[in-house]
Amino acid sequence: MNFREIVNIGGAFESVIDWLVDNMSWFFKGISTAISALLDGTTAALNFPPWFVMAIALTALAWWVAGRGVAIFTALGFFIIWYMGLWTLTMSTLGLVIASVIIALLIGIPVGIWASKKNVVWNVVRPVLDFMQTLPAFVYLIPAVLFFRLGPVPGVVATLIFSLPPAVRLTNLGIRQVPKEIKEAARSFGSTSRQILFKAELPVALATIMAGVNQTIMLALSMVVIAGMIGAGGLGNEVLRGITQLRIDLGFEGGIAIVILAIFLDRVTQALGNIAQKKR
Amino acid sequence: MAIIEVNDLYKIFGPNPKRAIPLTKQGMTKAEILKRTGCTVAINDATFSIEKQETFVVMGLSGSGKSTFIRCLNRLIPPTQGDILVDGENVATMDAERLRELRRYKMSMVFQHFGLLPHRNVLGNVEFGLEISGMEKSQRREKAQRAIELVGLDGYEESRTSELSGGMQQRVGLARALANDPEILLMDEAFSALDPLIRTQLQDELLELQAKMHKTVVFITHDLDEALKLGDRIAILGPDGRVRQIGTPEEILSRPADEYVKAFVQNVDRTKVITAGSAGGHVPSIIYPRDGVEAAIRVMERNNYSTVFVTDASRVLKGLITIDDAVSLRKAERQGAGKENIATILHDNVYTTLATTSISDLLTAAIKTNYPIAIVDEEGVFHGAVSRAAIIAEVSKSSDNSAVPVQLREINGSDHSREDE
Repeated sequence: MNFREIVNIGGAFESVIDWLVDNMSWFFKGISTAISALLDGTTAALNFPPWFVMAIALTALAWWVAGRGVAIFTALGFFIIWYMGLWTLTMSTLGLVIASVIIALLIGIPVGIWASKKNVVWNVVRPVLDFMQTLPAFVYLIPAVLFFRLGPVPGVVATLIFSLPPAVRLTNLGIRQVPKEIKEAARSFGSTSRQILFKAELPVALATIMAGVNQTIMLALSMVVIAGMIGAGGLGNEVLRGITQLRIDLGFEGGIAIVILAIFLDRVTQALGNIAQKKR
Repeated sequence: MAIIEVNDLYKIFGPNPKRAIPLTKQGMTKAEILKRTGCTVAINDATFSIEKQETFVVMGLSGSGKSTFIRCLNRLIPPTQGDILVDGENVATMDAERLRELRRYKMSMVFQHFGLLPHRNVLGNVEFGLEISGMEKSQRREKAQRAIELVGLDGYEESRTSELSGGMQQRVGLARALANDPEILLMDEAFSALDPLIRTQLQDELLELQAKMHKTVVFITHDLDEALKLGDRIAILGPDGRVRQIGTPEEILSRPADEYVKAFVQNVDRTKVITAGSAGGHVPSIIYPRDGVEAAIRVMERNNYSTVFVTDASRVLKGLITIDDAVSLRKAERQGAGKENIATILHDNVYTTLATTSISDLLTAAIKTNYPIAIVDEEGVFHGAVSRAAIIAEVSKSSDNSAVPVQLREINGSDHSREDE
């Protein structure tokens, strides 16, 4: 019997997971139901209008937020996606991204605020974030599958865990960077902690927080593709099919659609961040 | 009446700060205490009171704890020990709710680097304090608008604060503080970040506003000239966080309490601080038309003056009579020219000044005229005079002796005296 068998790190992790699967299934079932509902909602909303209506709407959004150049790119890009016959898959990928990002921000921003207020919290949260970001993305897939089976729900779970860290980090950073005198000024006029947060800190930190949102979205998009391996659906499936069947054409088309979606999301969210910055 | 009373106030930063208090009482220096306990003494046993409606300036170099001090007044920094009574209520021990009320309604603060909210326009910044206290929108708009007009920012309501110059930004800070009409205004190096010209301008405006509003102002500065200009009274903080002297600008200049204060005030231009009222004083005058030429001569002879001021029955200044004119008038009278009126010899080319005018501003007039300069108030009522000699004496007192010009004869003369020995 060697040492490796006595202290078995991987084995210990496995037994923890086993225990969770055996005893906490009600918990995971609840989460699963909630995520499914959110996901169905977003995907249905994206697929409800005919493709050209949706494409026009997204182009209008790009124009309004990011200007003419991005709008032209958006119109052209979404036309190509439709032309390649990937419209529905792209929308379900976008749905996965939106659902994951909503949950990631709902968790990440409050945690970031909390961490910015209490050094203890930040000292605990930081190594967890490091762990989440450096662990290879594929590794998330295994427990996600064990807890949530196959399908889009574990895809969302793996994605939100992978994309959560920048939202926490940049919210924390943004609030910590608010000049001391602004916080003092808010306090000196008799603000409660809540008033300081909502009337001074969050608005001043908004640009930094938006940079975090942008990164979260980009990470989510990259993870959603990987999540195709566990049946999350969308463009990930297409790329995976290209790899497994050695179909270069399928893989390339799927890849192009992902790139177009990525550039659209990046430019639009960055422009939102710039608007927040300019308001200062 | 005192509105703020500070009793035995200590603020010590660091681990277990109360431990350091007995050490300060033993007379240990800041450095020794830091070495021994790891604590930094910021305020060391401060006791004083601030009167209603006065401008109280706390002056000290950086590191003297003056910013800490002003933050203790509204408890942005909680004091380590001691009481701060505002209208008899102890800020140091009041609960959070009461403290918020104090900050909302009684005390407002103006910050060195303005502390404005970059995401709000000027109006949004000025109404911030009112918004925090829960005032409804239309009412706070109106109040904010009034504060904006008070500081001369009308027309800039919709501007972003980042588009404004430093001086304008601090006006926004001042308007924000004035908007909720506090009794007490805390100003933490409010003008220190501005360039000198703008700083002077804002100082003047603060004085003007203060003449109208009569707030209690606690003003922190490291600039002695600013302290002397604005302060009704000044507290000088030493580098050890101890209050070295409290007094009016003139007291501090003419009777510095210790070597530290003395070194501090040495380089001040006294002529800018000594006023006509303090250099001059009451002088006898005669009343026209009640008094005649005999009365005028008698007053001059008794006081050994060559001139006498003439006022009307309600003491409004009419002019001045010289001894020469008075004597020749009397001679003409005695030679039978009949009762002469002193109005014929009344000089009205007399310079007048307010009591608050500084000596340096009187110097030009003192050189031009041969008469004393009359001190009157805004209504023209005569209060006294300042003689040319007094003005020149004050100016020469404040000049640096090493740079005083010396006559050539004096230099040669001293050589001769050496030969004589």
